[in-house]
Formats: sequence, C-alpha cells, structure tokens
Amino acid sequence: MKELSLNILDIAENSVKAKAPLTQILLTETEDLLTIEIIDNGCGMTGDVVKRVTDPFYTTRTTRKVGLGIPFFKMEAEQTGGTFEIESKAEAEYPEDHGTIIKATFHKDHIDFIPLGDVVSTVTTLIQGHPDSDFLFRHAFPTGTASLDTREIRNELGGGVSLAEYEVIKWIEEYLKEQYQSI
Amino acid sequence: MKSLAELQAIKDKMKDKVVLREGSAQKRVVVGMATCGIAAGARPVLNAFVEGVSKEGLSGEVAVTQTGCIGICQYEPVVEVFEAGKEKVTYVKMTAEKAQRVITDHLKGGKVVTEYTIAAYAK
Repeated sequence: MKELSLNILDIAENSVKAKAPLTQILLTETEDLLTIEIIDNGCGMTGDVVKRVTDPFYTTRTTRKVGLGIPFFKMEAEQTGGTFEIESKAEAEYPEDHGTIIKATFHKDHIDFIPLGDVVSTVTTLIQGHPDSDFLFRHAFPTGTASLDTREIRNELGGGVSLAEYEVIKWIEEYLKEQYQSI
Repeated sequence: MKSLAELQAIKDKMKDKVVLREGSAQKRVVVGMATCGIAAGARPVLNAFVEGVSKEGLSGEVAVTQTGCIGICQYEPVVEVFEAGKEKVTYVKMTAEKAQRVITDHLKGGKVVTEYTIAAYAK
C-alpha cells in the first residue's frame, strides 16, 4: 500500500463485513510515534482464527486463497521497529462483549515508515460504502484533535437522508479538513 | 467553522430529492474495494464516480456502490456498470480520469467506453 490510510480502509472493511454496528478508528500521534487502533463490535473471531489471520495464506474471501490485508499492515508496522497486536472475542463465546481490536504502532522517523496519506478520504469512502454502519474517527496530535462520529450526523439528519448522499459526504470531508487546518 | 447544525440545511434540501429518487436508480456503478482494489488505486476511482455522478446531475438515475473482491485482481481497479435489461460492462485498470470519461460517455451519453473494458485488455 502506498499510504497507511489505505490499510486503514482495508482493515475497517473487515469490521463492516463482521457486521459491526460501530467501528472506531483512533489515531494518536506523538513526536516520533503513530498509533493506529481499529476497534469494532462485530462478530469477532475465535482464538483459532485470530492466530491465523496474520498468515497470508488465510483469508475470508471466496475468490482466492490468499488474504494480504492484515499481514501487510503488520509488516508495515514492524518494518519501522513498531508493533502489531490483534485481539478478538467471538460472538458465540462472548454474546455481550464481542468484537475485534487491532493496534499498530509506527516509528515515524524510520526510513521504512509509509506516510499516513489521505485519511479523510478513507473516512468518507467508508461512510459512502456503508451508510448504515457507524464510524467514530479520532486523530489526536499533541496540539489538538480532529474527530467525527456518524452517530451524531445520523441524529442531525434524521432517518430520511442517507449518509451516502454526495452532499453529506462532501460536508463530512470539509468538516474534517477544517478541523485539521486548525490543529 | 462548520457545525453539525448545518446538516439541518442539507436535510431540508434533500427532502424533495429523496422522494423523487425512491427506487429510481436505473444504473448501478460498482467499485471493487477489497485489498487488491484498494492497493491498486480504487479509492480515488470511487471518489471520482461519487463526485462526478453528482456534478453531472445523474444522482437520480445512477447509484454508486462498493463491493469486495471481484476475482480478477490483476485488472484492479475494476468497475462494473449494471443497467436494467443490458449486459454488465466491466471496466478495468481504472483511474479517476478514466472514470470521468465513463461518466460522460457511458452513464450520461449511453455509449460504452470500449477501450477501457476488460475485452479490450484481455486481447
């Protein structure tokens, strides 16, 4: 992937596919570290499956026998001297408290650090493709935070307007960009 | 500074439109957004369709949606156009610029952009 924001899009698609009502994308930056957390309350995975998802020859897709999304993301974090963790609770075992947490840290000053790229575009793409799922996005810097919660937007719009409408997507894009400018 | 209250204005504006377009989308543009598509550049292609369809005033008749892996990863980004009563058109190796041409020629003008289709590439 050319940008880490594309990995975020790819990983968050798994959360939507796991029927998560809410997917949280939490980015935290310090001077030298970027932490990316993707937390969902979807159907989760059993311990056995979690062990295998970082293996490129494991996949949920039915069209091919390889799944590179998670292995890519893990590799991209570790090649900067960073870390990758995945935890999951399967709905069958934890009916009240299920879902998946992925957390990766990146050393930004490492030569193999891939830039984050256009994370706003990742957020709008997710919302456009999955207007009935909720997303909480937060990007925290030492100097300020940009954030967006689709539950608030849904609340303002009421039931009649889809979040996939171009006017809404455009508004979200500008709303986030404006927040970044003031950080 | 933008505020959530502005969404109220969008809501009011959309009210009439929504009634108009209930189930009226005759064409469906589907962009493959699995790992293969995303890595090959599907995100800007999708955004170009979302923006272009709206700007050309086609929102009422064209729905832009996303899907997973279509199974021809070597041709990503892949875009499929479905139209009632017509055969599916598969565009391959798409870019935002090519998307623009598909919007004007195919979605608006009704003429398939043959040179971007899988048939032209697979030769």
